[in-house]
Amino acid sequence: MRKGMSGRLSRTFFIYGLKIITLLLGVSIVSFLLVSASPVNPVQQYLLKIGPVSPQQQEEIEEYWGMDKPLMERYLTWLGELLQGNLGESALYRRPVKDVIGERFSGSLTLMVSAWICSGGMGISLGCIMGIYQDKWPDKLLKKLCYLLSCVPTFWLGLIFLLIFSVILGWFPIGFSSPIGILRQEVTLWQRLHHLVLPAFTLSLMSFSPIALHTRQKLIEVMNSEYVLFARARGEGKWMLLLRHGLRNILLPALTLQFASIAELFGGSVLTENIFSYPGLGSAVSAAGLNSDVPLLLGITLFSTLFVCIGNMIANLLYEVVNPQIGSYTGEVSR
Amino acid sequence: MEAKKKTLLEIHNLSVAFWMYNGILTQDQLQVISDLQLTVYPGEIVAVAGSSGSGKSLLASAILGLLPGNAVVRGHLYYRGKELDSVQQTRLRGKEIAWIPQSLTYLDPLMKVGKQADGHRKPYPTQKRRALFQRLNLPKETENLYPFQLSGGMARRVLVSTAMLTDAQLVIADEPTPGMSLEQALEALKLFREMADQGRAVILITHDIDLALAFADKIAVFYAGTTVEIASASEFRMGPAALRHPYSKALWQALPQNGFQPIEGFQPYAGALPKGCLFAPRCSQATKECKEQKPAIRSVRGGEVRCFYAT
Repeated sequence: MRKGMSGRLSRTFFIYGLKIITLLLGVSIVSFLLVSASPVNPVQQYLLKIGPVSPQQQEEIEEYWGMDKPLMERYLTWLGELLQGNLGESALYRRPVKDVIGERFSGSLTLMVSAWICSGGMGISLGCIMGIYQDKWPDKLLKKLCYLLSCVPTFWLGLIFLLIFSVILGWFPIGFSSPIGILRQEVTLWQRLHHLVLPAFTLSLMSFSPIALHTRQKLIEVMNSEYVLFARARGEGKWMLLLRHGLRNILLPALTLQFASIAELFGGSVLTENIFSYPGLGSAVSAAGLNSDVPLLLGITLFSTLFVCIGNMIANLLYEVVNPQIGSYTGEVSR
Repeated sequence: MEAKKKTLLEIHNLSVAFWMYNGILTQDQLQVISDLQLTVYPGEIVAVAGSSGSGKSLLASAILGLLPGNAVVRGHLYYRGKELDSVQQTRLRGKEIAWIPQSLTYLDPLMKVGKQADGHRKPYPTQKRRALFQRLNLPKETENLYPFQLSGGMARRVLVSTAMLTDAQLVIADEPTPGMSLEQALEALKLFREMADQGRAVILITHDIDLALAFADKIAVFYAGTTVEIASASEFRMGPAALRHPYSKALWQALPQNGFQPIEGFQPYAGALPKGCLFAPRCSQATKECKEQKPAIRSVRGGEVRCFYAT
């Protein structure tokens, strides 16, 4: 039985890997085509930083870069380099794209992980409260809050938070991930956290309301089930029902949803990082876009695809591992 | 003779109706139980028999106070002589009154069966439960299974065990035996008998009249949401001559060993109950009176019957 399960898991893993590779290939083609079709000229962009050159020199550089070759050939060259782990050099930062992504991603990851935990915790607990008090005032109030949050844009919310908590109240810094004028080695953990709170909270508010509303719906379903009716008949009270049966039965869908929300979180981090001038992948992608830094833009596009896919894969694998009804079947045991 | 004994549960004129939308805006009450009478004494097993849709299962929900929000309940319930209102129902649920539901879907799909049978009250009766599982012929590894891994008969035995583990004085068992083998069913019913012999009481809701007759003390015959007759099990064994209501007699005659003769017609649908006696449309002896007035329940020869002409 154990072997069957791990066999199935590795099968799922394999299929997922195949899907991700195909998707990445597709994304690389589409984004390469889009960039080629755009008016952005990487050579010109490169030359902006170098200084004026003669038209002849420019042509030579273009030839050296292979700009005169057909699109298909250029794509294959790029793909070949990509497969060897070379993502090119960022025109903006003058460093390998790989290093830029690595460094920026660690900043984003801190932000996203804290927002992710925060939205999951808030979403599930508020969803439980709404479900338990179905159609009573706590439910009505929280539901309105959720609807409100899902229609308010994140960037606007971020600006309001900045205005209230940083400008007026002065509780939190206005931007960046560490204080200005201090060497990176000297930044304390506390300072980092202090800079993290507001962006992380803003980001978590974005993905929290769908989780809360789904949890509410699922909990109501569970509470109306026959097994909860039986548990009530056995004398279990409201909170006991939630602890013994509610959480057990909503956790799996909630976790799946939570991992699936990584895509939204990634999108939201672009906005949040820009508002709070937080140095992460999100602010790097908009900088790359605004400065026509093609290698960096393509690199981040592929990386974010991979990141979101992995989130979804974890959601699916988790479902198989945790759910006993899918995970292990011991066969007929009736007597 | 039993009238002097203290009753455990009394049900007087219990009616249950549901509000139902019959259009977009208009609501109708759907009468599912009407003027139901039942008295249960300590030490007895009362079998509630009747066809599907006669309101048997709803009776359990009504006693436990677990009817859905759109239900309207009228009439009175008394537990040990005290009115059984919603406060009392909440207090007694699972302690004094236990319910054995009928199917697998009443078990939490994600909780192991053993933990589930132990219930939420500490200390968990694990040792007692293991012995009980053994007695109910549930294999030792059952406790580590999830409900979806059980067969219907195993699930019912697990459900039976939940009630046995409480000190409940009143057990309401809803169809506990289907899916069990004959020996398993007999063992489960023997457990009920033992409980009753300790002074507790069991309401056994069942289709299986034969099995009920072997263990029950009295039989309440349900028809279209009401009790048409309450007779002792021995009278039921004797046959039509000892029975009082035409429906009970018909039920007896429909048993395989008694000729397997069905009666004409169908039990009326809850939304379309006849004006007079609920059984009148199918009764061969029905008169004009039967079609216009509802007979009240009355005592005849030590039993109770809802018929104008019963003797």
